[in-house]
Amino acid sequence: MSNVIVCSDLTLGFGPRVVLAGVNLAVAEGEFIGVLGPNGSGKTTLMRAILGLLPPRSGSILVFGKPPPRGNPAIGYLPQLRSRLAGLSLTGRDFIAAAYGGHRFGLPLFGRAAEAAVDRALALVGAEDLAARPLAALSGGEQQRLLLAQALLGRPRLLLLDEPLISLDPPHQAAVVALVRRLQKELGFTVLFSAHELNPLLHAIDRVLYLGGGHAALGTVDEVITPAVLSRLYRTEIEVIRTHGHIFVMAGGHEVEHEAHRHAIGHSDA
Amino acid sequence: MLEKTLEMLAYDFMRNAFAASAIVAVLAGVVGFFLVLREQTFAGHALSHVSFAGATGAVLMGIPPFAGIIVLATLVGIGMGMLGEKLRQRDVAIGVVLAFSLGLGMLFLHFYTHFATQATTLLFGNVLGIDRTTIGTLAALAFVSLAAMGFIARPLLFASLHPELAEARAVPVKFVSVSFLVLVALAVAEATQIVGMLLVFALMVAPPAAAQLLSARFWRGLLLSVILAWLDAWGGIALAYITDWPSSFWITALGTCAYLAAFIMRGNMRTHHAA
Ligand SMILES: Nc1ncnc2c1ncn2[C@@H]1O[C@H](COP(=O)(O)OP(=O)(O)OP(=O)(O)O)[C@@H](O)[C@H]1O
Ligand SMILES: [Mg+2]
Repeated sequence: MSNVIVCSDLTLGFGPRVVLAGVNLAVAEGEFIGVLGPNGSGKTTLMRAILGLLPPRSGSILVFGKPPPRGNPAIGYLPQLRSRLAGLSLTGRDFIAAAYGGHRFGLPLFGRAAEAAVDRALALVGAEDLAARPLAALSGGEQQRLLLAQALLGRPRLLLLDEPLISLDPPHQAAVVALVRRLQKELGFTVLFSAHELNPLLHAIDRVLYLGGGHAALGTVDEVITPAVLSRLYRTEIEVIRTHGHIFVMAGGHEVEHEAHRHAIGHSDA
Repeated sequence: MLEKTLEMLAYDFMRNAFAASAIVAVLAGVVGFFLVLREQTFAGHALSHVSFAGATGAVLMGIPPFAGIIVLATLVGIGMGMLGEKLRQRDVAIGVVLAFSLGLGMLFLHFYTHFATQATTLLFGNVLGIDRTTIGTLAALAFVSLAAMGFIARPLLFASLHPELAEARAVPVKFVSVSFLVLVALAVAEATQIVGMLLVFALMVAPPAAAQLLSARFWRGLLLSVILAWLDAWGGIALAYITDWPSSFWITALGTCAYLAAFIMRGNMRTHHAA
C-alpha cells in the first residue's frame, strides 16, 4: 500500500515560534488516523501544512508523493474554525453547493453537475432533509453533518477533519465517528480526524497520531498511549488508566484530555 | 391612475429619474445582497460617508463631485479590503474612517461657502435633478460593475459562506474581498446620486436584507433583492410626484416597510414551520 502522507524531519512554525520540530511519519492509504494532543500542540497547523497552506520551515512533507499544492482537489477538509456558519440564513444546500468549483471565476450557477455532486454528498451523510433548511436553524450536530458533506464534495482521497466532534454530546460524537468510519470503509479514503478525547475514536481508528511539546508520535493505540510516550509529549509525568474499554490519560491526578476539551470549548465561544 | 402616470411620464426629469433609479437599483440590489450576506453593511455605510468628503473635496478642486466620490470611495474600499476580515479591529478602523470622512467633508464645506444647497443634494440626493449625461455615466458604471460582479460572484460566494475552506481550496480570498469592496464603493457612489450619502442604506441594505429574510435560496434571494430595490426606487419617485414630498423620504420609507414586512412574514413562516 502506498503512502498518502510522508513527513521527513518536518518542522513547522510561525515566525519565531516552532510548533512541530523534526517530525517523521508516514500515513498509508486507507488508514483512519486519530490526531490528538493538547491545545496548541499543532493539530490544525499540521493539517494546514498538508493542505499546502503553510510551507515547512525545514524538512519536507509529501502528500500523494508530491509537495502539496494549495487547493489540492484530492483533499477534503472540514476546518476547525467556521467563522461564518452561525448566522447564515441560506440553506445548507446552497452552502454546500457554493464549495463546488467555488475557486473558479464566473457565476455560481449550480448546474446539473453541481446538483448531482451535492446530492451525492448529502446522501452519503444522510442529510438530504436537513439541507433544505436555513443553516441558522440547524443544531450544531446537524451543521456538522452538512460540513462533512461539504468536505466529501469532489470525491476526496484524503479527508482532513479538524475537531468535528467539538460541542457535540457523546451520542452525537459516537454517531459522527461511526459515520466517518463507515464512509471510509465504503469509499476507501484516508482520514485524519483530530479530537480532544481519545475515547470516542478508540474503536474506529487504525492508528493514533499524538502531538505535544513540538513532537509527534504515530502508532497503534497500544504503542502510543503509554506513560513513556505521553510523558515525553506532555513533558510531565503521565499515567494511563484503562477501564471498561476506555482509556484515561492522567497527569497528577487530573485527566488531561478533559481539561483540554473544556479549554477548547471556551476558546471557540470567544 | 393611468392619467396620473402618463402625466408624470410626460416630464423629462421624471423619465430621467425613473431611468437613473432603475439602473442604480439593479446594481444596489446585487451588490447589497452580498454586502448583507457578508455582514459588511457597516463598511457600506462608511463608504457612503467617505463619498461626502470625496464630493466636497472634488468641488473645491474644481472637478465633478461624482468623480471625487468614485475616486475616494474606491481608494478607501481598497484600504478596507486590505485590513482583512478580523471583525473587531475592522469595525473600529472603519468607524474611525467614517468619522474622519465626515469631518473632512465639513472642512471642505467650510472653505467653499456657497455650498449649502449642493450639500443638501449630496446628503439627501436629488433624483429629480438628474440629466441625460449622468444617466449615461450611471449606466456605463453599472454595466462595468455588474460585469465585474459576475466575474467574482462564484469565489465571492464561497469565500463569504466558508472563508476557511475557501482559503484551503485556493480561492484568492484577499483579491476577491478587495475587489468586492471596490464594487461596493462604485455602487455607493451610484446610490448617492439617487438618495444621497446619508440614505444609501435604504437602497443597498434594506431590500437585500428583506430578500434574505424572505428566501433562503441564493438565486431567489438575489433576484428578490433586485426586484425590491427596483420597486423601492420607482415607488419612491412616484409617491414623491404624487405627494410632492422628497423622493428620498419615500425611498427610505418603502425600504423600511419592505424590511419590516419581511421580518413579520418570516416570523409567520417560522411559526407555521414549527407547528
Ligand atoms: N497564524 C498563526 N500565527 C502565529 N501562531 C499561530 C498561528 N496559528 C497557530 N499558531 C500557534 O501555533 C500553535 C499550534 O496551533 P494549532 O492551532 O495548530 O494547535 P491545535 O493543536 O490545533 O490546538 P487546538 O486544540 O486548540 O485546536 C499554537 O501555539 C498557536 O498559538
Ligand atoms: Mg486546532
